[in-house]
This record gives sequence, structure tokens and C-alpha cells, in this order.
Amino acid sequence: MSTTPLLEAQNIRRRFGHVYALDGANFAVYPGEICALIGDNGAGKSTLIKILSGADRPDEGRILIEGREISLDSPSTAQQLGIATVYQDLALAPELAASDNLFLGREIMRTGLLGQLGFLNRREMRQRAADQFARLSVHLRSPGVPVSALSGGQRQSVAIARAALWADKIIFMDEPTAALGVQQTARVLDLIRQVRDQGIAVVLISHNMPQVLEIADRVEVLRLGKRVARFDTKAATVESLVTAMTSGTDAGDVIQ
Amino acid sequence: MIRLNATTAGGNDAERETGAERLSRLIGGGWIFLLLFGLIVIFSVMRPQQFGSSYNLTMLAVNAAILLVLSIGQTFVIASAGIDLSVGAVLVFSSVTSAQAMLWLSGTPGGTYGTTDGGWGVICAGLAVALVSGAGWGALNGILVAYARIPALIVTLGSLGMALGFAQILTGGVDVRAVPELLVSEIGAGTIAGVPFLVVIAAVVTIVAAIVLHLTRFGLHVFAVGSNAEASRRSGIRLRTRIVQIYVLSGALAGLAAMMSIARFSTTTIGGHAMDNLSTISAVVLGGTSLFGGIGSIAGTVIGVFIPIVLLNGFVILGIPPFWQTVAMGAVLILAVWIDQLKRRARERG
Repeated sequence: MSTTPLLEAQNIRRRFGHVYALDGANFAVYPGEICALIGDNGAGKSTLIKILSGADRPDEGRILIEGREISLDSPSTAQQLGIATVYQDLALAPELAASDNLFLGREIMRTGLLGQLGFLNRREMRQRAADQFARLSVHLRSPGVPVSALSGGQRQSVAIARAALWADKIIFMDEPTAALGVQQTARVLDLIRQVRDQGIAVVLISHNMPQVLEIADRVEVLRLGKRVARFDTKAATVESLVTAMTSGTDAGDVIQ
Repeated sequence: MIRLNATTAGGNDAERETGAERLSRLIGGGWIFLLLFGLIVIFSVMRPQQFGSSYNLTMLAVNAAILLVLSIGQTFVIASAGIDLSVGAVLVFSSVTSAQAMLWLSGTPGGTYGTTDGGWGVICAGLAVALVSGAGWGALNGILVAYARIPALIVTLGSLGMALGFAQILTGGVDVRAVPELLVSEIGAGTIAGVPFLVVIAAVVTIVAAIVLHLTRFGLHVFAVGSNAEASRRSGIRLRTRIVQIYVLSGALAGLAAMMSIARFSTTTIGGHAMDNLSTISAVVLGGTSLFGGIGSIAGTVIGVFIPIVLLNGFVILGIPPFWQTVAMGAVLILAVWIDQLKRRARERG
């Protein structure tokens, strides 16, 4: 694990009316790791993810990428910095082919005049999609199959493959296995490992503690808008995680 | 590269299935194409002289031309999960503004039959007025749907009333009959290499629209917006701009259809387009385009336009009271949507 975080949030505050959703929260992700972000309902996980993916702005605090302070003012800024988010409700178009979904909004165009007239290079999109699915061991009948014909796990895989195609630094995933069965969950977890092995850091929100221990390299715990604990997964147990989530102090740093 | 080969080798029969899927998407599910083909065969066998005559087939194509141009616009709108009830009224409004502009440009009615002697310049100006009128109503529809977020059903129902009302206000309810003789004789009744000019126009519009819908980024975005608007927005598609463009396209095609209508009937047809919206919607849906958006094809719409026209023509030739055509059409439409839903459920079950 390198010492400079890939992405670091310092002292983030975000207030909604009189409530602090985030009250001086710290958070760090290191290159090439799977980091689980856990906390009870209302701990501020979703708000933090929104801020770090550019969908919301903090009232106070600093965000640094590779040690350099940056301003995340919109999701597209985050995308340009190599950050993508896989939404809980799957931002895919079900009637479109998996390959079309992979490139939606960033289509590959034909070269020359045809491209300027708006013609798509579908052959190239299919090929690159097949390549991306192969790289991540996502098995589809064909990249041309409409997403609606896929299983829930395959759809989630397409959404993750899409994020991995466009993010080269970090992918945020909000409960990526919440709606899936046992086998499909296992396959999506494999995919998440594959993404990490490509060198992309993954930040995972999950309520499933055994799953967190199974897949994450590190865990950060939020409670009442603050980070209350950080674990190396090897040293953590379900009990220690739950204790930190429910009664952790804001001593702030490491319980390892 | 090795990886690529591995996947294509593994997915060889999958590729073939994709081809079949694409084909069925293109011809709107196949069976509707067979239905049209079957109707033509039945009528041709029963009355080869009348139905199969080149005159009759030509008239079928001419009858389809105007409705086809309207239905093409409707296909884009419905594929994007919208609906445009205003196409017929926009056609009427555009034909009135265009006919009045041409009349004003060419001075008083001259020549026989109350036509004017306006030249090609006047006709081009009239076409421009028709296209701009149609696109204007389309822009209004699109802006209200995309920005004011009013349901398309209500927006276009409102603009239907407004466009028709303005057309009647502009004319006092009396059709403009004085249109350029040249337009009627050359475009309305003229031919290119034996093919009626109106049919040529409709064919060109159809081919261009099929290319745009199935091969370009705009077409992909139409389907994406219809399939999942929120996902499209998050993907970076400029959702509102796309919606406005889609309705402008439908409006402009209604403007073009207005010009074709003037050329064919040598008058504006204020009272003649009340059913156009429902005719186009049923043609589009018959052709396999999903009312819920995301799925559709231009080829399917062509078939959907021809089925009621062939049916009516065949009934007339066979001496069946033509009123049965509307009964048959209603049944076919319900059947089409039912089969579409059965197929979708089957696919979702895997």
C-alpha cells in the first residue's frame, strides 16, 4: 500500500438545514485497493460518496487527488479525473445492446465525413466491448444482446464494466450486490476484484459485513458524519466492525 | 487480440442470434411483415386484374405517401417514449401558412381551376414556410415536454387544438384553394421515371430516416432516451436538447407532409386530418415500435402504414363494405400490441 492516498477527503462538512450529514469527516482511498465504506443508516455514507463523485458539494473541507487539492464541482469533472460511480438503480438503458450501453454518451464514431455526419462505428464498439468484457471475465452471449435479456448479475456486471471502461482511478459502488442471489453475488464480487487487479481503486458501500470482510482490503467506518475507525480487513471481525459502527468514538483514527 | 479471438470464437452462434434479433427488430417482429405479404397475395390471387394492376399499386403508394411521412416523424417520437398527437393539426396549420404565403407571393388567382401561376421560386418559398411552421410547432412541443416537464400526451393534445384553431382563424375556416398550378401538376400529379413524385419524396424521407435512426448517434440517443431517460442523462447525453430535436423533426416532417397534401389535393384540407394522429400512432405500433420507448424501426412503420391502406383497397375491390376496414384495423392493432407484449414477457423470462 502506498503512503499517498489516491483520493483523500479532509474535514468534510455538509449540512442539510440543522442536521450535519457530514461533520468533519475524513476519508482516504489508496491505489489498487478495495476499500469498504460502512456505517449505520444516516451515518453519511451516501452524502460522502455524492461529494466525492461530484454530485454534491461540501460546505467545508478539502478533497485531494494524489496529494493535490482539487475542486469537484460536477460529475463530469469527476469523470474527467478518472472517477466513476455505479449507481444502486443501475444507470443502463435496458432496450439497448450491452455494447451500446458501454459507450452511451461516448460513442465511437466513423472516421472522416461519415463520422462528422454522426455515423456510429458499431463494429468497433462491439469489438471494444467484447474486449472489455473478456478482460473482466464477464460472460455474455454477445455484446449485442439487449441489457433487458440479461440476468440481474450480468446487468450489474455491464454497469461495472462500463464504469471501469471510463474510470482509470476510482469506481464508487453503492450496494452493488444488494438485489442479487448468491451465485450472482459471487460473480459480481469476482468482477470487483478483477477491476481492482486492473489497477483501479474500488470504494464499496455495503451493509453486508461478512461480504465486506471477504472482499475489502481495508474498511473505513463512518458514524454520525465522522470517520470513527479504519481497519485492515485481516485484523477485523464482524463484531469489531459492528462495534465501531454503533458505538465508535470520534477519536478519529486507527483501530487496527 | 488473442482475447478478442477467444471471445468471438466462443460467441459465434451468439453472433448469429444477434443477427436474427436485429432482423426481427428491423421488420418489426416478422409476423406483421408476413401479414402484409399475405394480404397482398390474397387480394392479388382473388382479383389479379384489379388489385395487381400497376395503376392500383401506384395508387396504393400515393395514398400511403403523406401518411408515411407523418408516421416516420411519429416513429422517432414514440421510440423516445414520447407521443405526438399534434401531427395532423400541424399539417393543417403548415398547409394554411404555406398556401397563404404562396398566394400572397404570386398575387391574385390566375389560370384555370382557381390555381395561380406561381413559379418554382414561389413553391420553394411555400415549402420553406411549411417546414418552418411545422418545426415551430415541434419546437414548442419539445420545449414544453423537455423543460416544463408536462406529459407529451397533454402538450401535444394542447398544441393539436391550438394549431387547428390558428389554421381556422387564419382562413376564417375556408380552405385556401388558389395554389400554384405548377405544384399540383408537377409534384402532385407528376412522375419521375413512371413513379409518382409524392412516392419518390416519401421513399427518400423513409430511407434517410432509416439510416439516421439505425446508424447514427442521434438515432442511438433516440432509443436511449426512450429506454431510460435518467440513464441517458447520467451518461452525458444532453437529454433536453435531444427531446426538442425529436419533436422538431416530427413537426418539420408534418410541414413537408403539408406541402405534399397541397400538391396532391390542390387545396388546404382543414377538415381532413382529424384522424392522422391515431393513424400514425397505430401504424408505428403495428410496425413493432414500443409505446414505452427504446425499441422501434422505420421498416416496421412502412409496413404499419401499408396494412390499413391495402386492407381498405382490397375490401373495396372485393365489394366488402369499406366500414369493415376500420373494424379489422382495430382488431389487428390490439393483436399487434398483444403479440409484442407476449414476446417481451418471453424474453424477460429468459
